[in-house]
Amino acid sequence: MNNLKVILNGLIKENPTFVLLLGMCPTLGTTSSALNGMSMGLATTFVLICSNVAISSLKNIIPDMVRIPAYIVVIATFVTVVQMCMEAYVPALYASLGLFIPLIVVNCIVLGRAEAFAAKNKIIPSLFDGLGIGLGFTVALTLLGAVRELLGTGKLFSIGLIPEEYGSLIFVLAPGAFIVLGYLIAIVNKIRKV
Amino acid sequence: MFLSLTGICLVSGGILSGVNMLTAAPIEEAKAKTLETAIRNVVPEFDNSPTKEVYMAATSEGDSLKIYPAKKGDEMIGVAVESITKKGFSGEIKIIVGFDTDGKILNYSVLQHAETPGLGSKMQEWFRTDRNKQNIIGRTMSKEPLKVVKDGGDVDAITAATISSRAFLDAINRAYSAFSQTDVTSGATATNKEGGNK
Repeated sequence: MNNLKVILNGLIKENPTFVLLLGMCPTLGTTSSALNGMSMGLATTFVLICSNVAISSLKNIIPDMVRIPAYIVVIATFVTVVQMCMEAYVPALYASLGLFIPLIVVNCIVLGRAEAFAAKNKIIPSLFDGLGIGLGFTVALTLLGAVRELLGTGKLFSIGLIPEEYGSLIFVLAPGAFIVLGYLIAIVNKIRKV
Repeated sequence: MFLSLTGICLVSGGILSGVNMLTAAPIEEAKAKTLETAIRNVVPEFDNSPTKEVYMAATSEGDSLKIYPAKKGDEMIGVAVESITKKGFSGEIKIIVGFDTDGKILNYSVLQHAETPGLGSKMQEWFRTDRNKQNIIGRTMSKEPLKVVKDGGDVDAITAATISSRAFLDAINRAYSAFSQTDVTSGATATNKEGGNK
């Protein structure tokens, strides 16, 4: 029950994108299509779960003074593992996400959860916190990517729904990311208040 | 304090070298496969191994490009040229283009680019679509380089992406310039010699 609450907390109450507004760089940069957004979200989820578990189990042997460097080393290790595996097994995806995968290292969501949750809680809740926050991030990125892809190119997950001529290019470009994100946050806020 | 940080770094280093060992081979394989598929897409069916017979050829600008010869039996049926240009709107554009022995463009494929999504990124489809003067496939290259209409040429540029279009054609022209400077019919012997010198 408690674990479910932790997951829901990450998904809805403390959704990293729509509520905490953390990790805006990958949010705006990788969501030009639904598939890219979802892959970025899943890669981050994997890193979040692993780093949360590792940091939670190491928290007693990491001295307070060097905790930030230690966290960064742990996070960077998992990110590099993800990067190598992606390059080896899904090269097409690796090519389209490119630079944003190594940038997960400096994603403030990952470090934020390590500092705010994993360092203070036991392993199991930390695992579920990583899962919840990661899923929240994935859902947000997929939603953002889907809206931008549909409005921009008339496709959804690369399947054409409306003719491309009706798409408005701005939604695929950077300004569209801000516009769609703004509207999505407004909608989520409205729903949360009800 | 030092001890724990050193310990964490050591363990991380160990994990990373392990994963690197596991993934190094698949990464190489994936890259080789991507290249092989790209070559197969741009030249007619061949029965040699173009990636092993690759040789370098100089362009008119002084740098050199990789040329993959495709043969059926002993007969040369075409080449795939891997070409890059730095004239793109953002960053390098890397393409692979196939010519037959007369210099006719058989097909092309964009390997890597960082052009604006939705504008310059359309080049993979644009220059093969049969509309107005967009299509470059089937054109026979000559001394005259391909140019967009705006520059006095006869290729329609991508709407709102003239710079990307110019860059793309530049890559094609450079590929042809490298290709035309090698003797295609006797490419086989030259190939092995130059390949060995590398």
